[in-house]
Amino acid sequence: MQPVLITRFSILNCLASSEAGLLQALRAKRSGLAPCEFETAAIDTWVGQVAGVDDVRIRRGLEEYDCRTNRLAQAALERDGFAAAVAAARERYGASRIGVFVGTSTSGILETELAYRRRDPQSGALPADFRYHATLNTYSVGDFTARYLGITGPSFVVSSACSSTAKVFGNAARMIAAGACDAAVVGGADSLCLTTLYGFRALELTSRLPCRPFDAARDGISLGEGAGFALLEKAGESDLALLGVGESSDAYHMSTPHPEGLGAKLAMERALRAANLGPADIDYINLHGTATPTNDAAEDKAVAEVFGNRTACNSTKGATGHLLGAAGITEAIISMLAVRHGVMPGSAHTRTVDPALRSNYVLEPREGRVRRVLSNSFGFGGSNCSLVIGDARLR
Amino acid sequence: MRVYVEGIGLHGPGLRGWRDSVPVLAGVQPYQPARTVIPPSELLPPAERRRAGIPIRLALAAGAEALAAAGRDATTLPTVFTSSESDGQILHEICDTLTKPGREVSPTRFMNSVHNAASGYWSIATRSREASTSLCCYDAGFAAGLLECAVQVLAEGRPAALVAYDAPYPEPLHAARPIEGEFGLALVLSADAARAMFALELELGGAAETRLPDAGLEKLRLNNPAARSLPLLAAMARGSANEPVLAYTPAASLMAKVSPC
Repeated sequence: MQPVLITRFSILNCLASSEAGLLQALRAKRSGLAPCEFETAAIDTWVGQVAGVDDVRIRRGLEEYDCRTNRLAQAALERDGFAAAVAAARERYGASRIGVFVGTSTSGILETELAYRRRDPQSGALPADFRYHATLNTYSVGDFTARYLGITGPSFVVSSACSSTAKVFGNAARMIAAGACDAAVVGGADSLCLTTLYGFRALELTSRLPCRPFDAARDGISLGEGAGFALLEKAGESDLALLGVGESSDAYHMSTPHPEGLGAKLAMERALRAANLGPADIDYINLHGTATPTNDAAEDKAVAEVFGNRTACNSTKGATGHLLGAAGITEAIISMLAVRHGVMPGSAHTRTVDPALRSNYVLEPREGRVRRVLSNSFGFGGSNCSLVIGDARLR
Repeated sequence: MRVYVEGIGLHGPGLRGWRDSVPVLAGVQPYQPARTVIPPSELLPPAERRRAGIPIRLALAAGAEALAAAGRDATTLPTVFTSSESDGQILHEICDTLTKPGREVSPTRFMNSVHNAASGYWSIATRSREASTSLCCYDAGFAAGLLECAVQVLAEGRPAALVAYDAPYPEPLHAARPIEGEFGLALVLSADAARAMFALELELGGAAETRLPDAGLEKLRLNNPAARSLPLLAAMARGSANEPVLAYTPAASLMAKVSPC
């Protein structure tokens, strides 16, 4: 594929609310996870909750979109000059020539859960202040982002569980290549909610400790929340570029990965092929690494098949938690930091790498040149996506 | 951008398969609303067949019909699934469970609550490991999906399938989002004219959306997001050159110039 420039990004999660903050946290191998005190959840688990979300006020004129996911989105759009960079791009290209392709898995489900508690005891009706279109509908965060930024180009929300905000890079790159737009805002947001907390507990996938990706004693995930956005442009000046996207389906099971990592392997191979690169061209792999026994084992097999045991890799979910629908953009931005600042993150909370796993799993942060990163995001439904992000000047 | 339609699948209220629906959509026969009949999927293994809700069965039935019409093998086709809702029944049951002591969410329901459940079941059913995108664009999901699928076909230079499907929510969500009837539609799109039924020339612009002359079909179009595809289906059913327009973003609509091949 034709590389696409990444000209600006912004991020918000339990670890950091800026590029500088995230860089510092990654260098220090900090974790933002804490015991779960979210809403009324009575679950013995750790989460990556973002502080201060209740204090975010949705911008005037967009109040109907007020929900936790859109608050996270707005707070991220306001970080690191992102909205201003989009405004400048709007001047250059025109509002209708910028697309919005963002992802979410939770949308406004939290507010729907809360509205269900306030149903009319007689009729069962939802309260009058329940706003379906602007909060619960999966497009809500896309609609909100486009309106917030004053963009009117092609738009939709991708919702394919935990691969959502990785896949949007592919959607945007294709739209730009086809001439449907000249630039695109990608990314998205996901909030903690009771559905995911109790749902993952029902599947026995939540850990009682902070998640420990690739650890011999790993026993489940820690949920997180947050948002992130990136501005992609067909031309301009930047040190960062999206070089390849690879997508696949497992064709195996709704919530369990293919045991041999077949779908994951296909996604990585397709991403390398799209970037016209080989395994040796990748300096670091940011794994999906959710810390469930089966997910990590399957991903390890796939990585070992494609990369052998040479390429440095790890998962940053011990630091951020699993942001589900926002995991893809979070880890894409961590990959951008790795390339821009020459830093490979460590693996917070992982102590002893499982000896049964074959890939070159790195525990401590490293400094040094990182030319290109491959970032993996795999989701329910067997939806897989790998991104190659690299130094734009190396082409 | 120009793409070709190789196959069509359609299951909606009073619309049983594309071929049988052509006279109604072309205005030759009157439209008679009737409960949607979803043919059982031959594709799914028994365990998945038990777990699959209406939206999944709707999507699979439409997709299977379009692929059979196109004579394409599902394992070779990337897919785009577009829906305003995932499974409304599941969403309702989970939200209801969360108000009760113990909050015992069903693991199967939770796993099937994802917006891409239909895509996941499709991939399991057809053994396709090709790329699949699952989208939402509120009422404009079909227009967004058509654009995405066409862009994908042109980027990859090979055919892809588009599946649009929407089914009603139960109460109390139905009052907040009153979708009527189950409507599923699929198109196999290609960059190549060799097997084409129709050529589609897609263009973003400012034209007003096309409405349907038949009051019953127009009601269906307005009350089910996937049925917003009806102006395009009607244009193809008439079989003559036509320019239906689908509402898309607040600033732009999607014109799909249809010409028979």
